[in-house]
Amino acid sequence: MKRSKNKMTEKEKKETKSEKRQIVIPGEIIAKGDDVLPGDWTIRKDKDIIATRFGVLDKSDRLVKVMPLSGRYIPRRGNVVIGVIEDLTMKGWIVDIEAPYSAFLLLKECPMFIKESEMDSVYNVGDLFVGKIFNVGRGSIDLTTKGRGLGKIKDGIIIKVNPNRVPRIIGKEGSMIKLIKTASDCEITVGQNGLIWIKGEETEDELFAEKAINFVNENTIVEGLTEKVEDWLKKNKKSSKKEEKKE
Amino acid sequence: MSYTKRSDGRKMDELRPIITKVGVVPSADGSAMFAQGDTIAIASVHGPRILNPRHQQDPGRGLIRVHYNMLPFSVSDRIRPGLSRRSQEISKVTEWALTPVVMLDDLPGTVVDVHINIQQANAGTRCAGINAAALALAHAGIPMKEMISAVAIGKIDDKIVADITKEEEDYEEGEGATDIPMTFLSNSEEISLLQLDGKIQLKRLKEALEAGKKACKEINKIQEKALKESI
Repeated sequence: MKRSKNKMTEKEKKETKSEKRQIVIPGEIIAKGDDVLPGDWTIRKDKDIIATRFGVLDKSDRLVKVMPLSGRYIPRRGNVVIGVIEDLTMKGWIVDIEAPYSAFLLLKECPMFIKESEMDSVYNVGDLFVGKIFNVGRGSIDLTTKGRGLGKIKDGIIIKVNPNRVPRIIGKEGSMIKLIKTASDCEITVGQNGLIWIKGEETEDELFAEKAINFVNENTIVEGLTEKVEDWLKKNKKSSKKEEKKE
Repeated sequence: MSYTKRSDGRKMDELRPIITKVGVVPSADGSAMFAQGDTIAIASVHGPRILNPRHQQDPGRGLIRVHYNMLPFSVSDRIRPGLSRRSQEISKVTEWALTPVVMLDDLPGTVVDVHINIQQANAGTRCAGINAAALALAHAGIPMKEMISAVAIGKIDDKIVADITKEEEDYEEGEGATDIPMTFLSNSEEISLLQLDGKIQLKRLKEALEAGKKACKEINKIQEKALKESI
């Protein structure tokens, strides 16, 4: 068991190292030969595979893909996002999710029965909610609020980060966000579109969580980030406690 | 007296010193500054976003829209702010130069807005603008087939020179000055913009294109470096 664990960490280290190394730009030839498959944001041109977006190269056995470092949020099916109601129509709500298109929340995608005349009492213009993308078509994004953890946002704070840094904020299998959650005693919902909802009992906790997320956001390229964040959380938590004692 | 020595002491195929910076406008989705000697261009990219008014939308693909603008203080004689015939023409020409590289087929009905502002001008502003726009588009995460670089090649008297300045543009002795802005794509080396102001023999034009290809390769390397070092 121990051996396998060590192997895993070595592999992970190698992966993270190579990630940091190669940043690619559009038009750069990233692989040659027919036995490599082009993944996200790459195209095949004759025998070469070319990057089409500015980002970090991710090479696995046979697949090469580019992980974007900047740019707008591109919606994918299954993503949990935080949206702002833009408008009400007969059949549902038009929602701004910071994507190239507005999303649509159908009336029947709400977990309860709603009369058309009472739509504005559920979601009115400017309200925020957590939704899930269940379909992405050509020029349309469909949302649902049926599911655990989805629904209207009533209190707490919302912060905005670069959507390309969301995977780092969540961490591997949610490790990073778990750390911040336990340290700050807050409920945190990270939308894949870069909006983050923090809800805690005290405003100070919420602000602490915001600070922690900003710390992660500023240090996304640093190696061994999880440990650094642990240290940071310990330090800042202690200092805040000290201040309480002084008072 | 033929033109044997350039007024600023450069070699015939030498570019002016280039300074680049990516991510200069925080509120934009992507931005870049490109300075080529005294010519400074800042490009910012917003989008892709839904194009309004709706009748301008293309249901088949996303569009790119360029707004080129020279700031009033960019030249020694203050220029009137706002649209002019020249700025509209350069906007359109830049748009056509950038269209072949961007891949917006998956985003029908959207637009990518590129705003190019010339802070200071000393010839070659449309080329500096295109170079800045290419950097800004890449920084904004717009899918692109390849990078694009632009350079203004000139024929001063009977000499082919790279990256001409305003002083050279106004040279009147001998055969006079010809200004040829051109853009080359980074991989395929295709030309997406070629303008000519003046007169030139067909043979010399081929020579000028070769010089342009070489200069664009140099600029492309600088662009690549700028993007890779911005992280």
